[in-house]
Amino acid sequence: MTMRSNRIGLLTALLLASTGMPAYAGEQAVIIDNFAFQPAQLTVDAGTTVVWTNRDDIPHTVASGDSTLRSPPLDTGDVFRFAFTQKGTYRYFCTLHPHMQGTVIVR
Amino acid sequence: MLDVSEGRRDALKCMLWGGAGVLWTVAGGVPKSRVLAPAMADETGDGNFSFVQISDSHIGFAKSPNMDTPGTLRAAMDQVRRVRDSARLLIHTGDVSHLSHDAQFDTAAQIIGEAGLETHYVPGEHDVLVDDGKNFFARFASGAPHGGWYSFDHRGVHFIALNNVQNLKAGGLGNLGAEQLEWLERDLRGRSASTPIVVLAHVPLWTVSQEWGWGTADASLALTYLRRFGSVTVLNGHIHQVMQKVEGSVAFHTARSTAFPQPAPGAAASPGPIKDVPAGKLRSLLGVTAVRRVQASTRLAIIDTPLGG
Repeated sequence: MTMRSNRIGLLTALLLASTGMPAYAGEQAVIIDNFAFQPAQLTVDAGTTVVWTNRDDIPHTVASGDSTLRSPPLDTGDVFRFAFTQKGTYRYFCTLHPHMQGTVIVR
Repeated sequence: MLDVSEGRRDALKCMLWGGAGVLWTVAGGVPKSRVLAPAMADETGDGNFSFVQISDSHIGFAKSPNMDTPGTLRAAMDQVRRVRDSARLLIHTGDVSHLSHDAQFDTAAQIIGEAGLETHYVPGEHDVLVDDGKNFFARFASGAPHGGWYSFDHRGVHFIALNNVQNLKAGGLGNLGAEQLEWLERDLRGRSASTPIVVLAHVPLWTVSQEWGWGTADASLALTYLRRFGSVTVLNGHIHQVMQKVEGSVAFHTARSTAFPQPAPGAAASPGPIKDVPAGKLRSLLGVTAVRRVQASTRLAIIDTPLGG
């Protein structure tokens, strides 16, 4: 049973790889804590939803200069999700504390 | 069930460092400051013009080390009321609220309004989180034109209220912007160099910490317009600790928060609230900020840094 599942998984992965589709398009987490995005740089496949969670005592935002990303203020415990469908490099920062910066690379 | 006595003890502890305003007296065109202490009597009955600065009330913040920011703001206002007869103005240098919520603005306005003093505000970044700060400006700077900056005169002192908390750039500091700088130049043009100038802005107009973004990227241009004046006092908030610096005829001051202290630059991994404030430390903090006389032509120096890590 387990072996068969693995085989199916491998087949699926090979199929996806051969058709150029993302091997995995689920969720990836970025934690906001101590006035920093962790990880500060994240590489994901197109179609991935990045989920930012504010674990800091202070509100923060997730915003890119071109307003592609523009979260509402995230208080402690608040979550912001964004599905990256286009390949590219997305730089973002916290509009309250602009020294806080992060990057999502979508391949 | 809440432990009421514990909560009250915490509130009282918070008030030791959090309840302070700063009383400013303008004598001979030179403002001097003093942190308001609970036991301080009204000592300003000498006909000079005085005003009070409070900052960073962060109404809506309710975490360690302060579960009761309305309570500590109220404690600050109790001290303001003690000098009400001599203090003519109240200045709030921003972060009135924690999250720009209507209810937070309501609570702050009600507590601050109880002092019955003419009050002027500048926005902090926590006040403009929603809808470009429209709600803040409508409530607290209703006379200000587009952009939220304005000036006014009071007893021969020219006050300039700036907005350096919007349109911030990634990796950057506080920001005034070209439009505001042009307005500032026009506002100052033609004024006598002997006019005492008081500048209000939330984020410091001098770079306290590049790493933590505690400064204003284009402040140097603003200062070129201000330097010809004989007495310029810049009052800031944002960093939740008293720091002072004198550069030529320009004196810079940052005020304490009425909500929670933040660490001195480099004293912690991040500028988040100091959560664990031991009692011994509190007493030493209280003793640090006393009378400060701001004099023109003092060489560049940081003359007070009371809040260690």
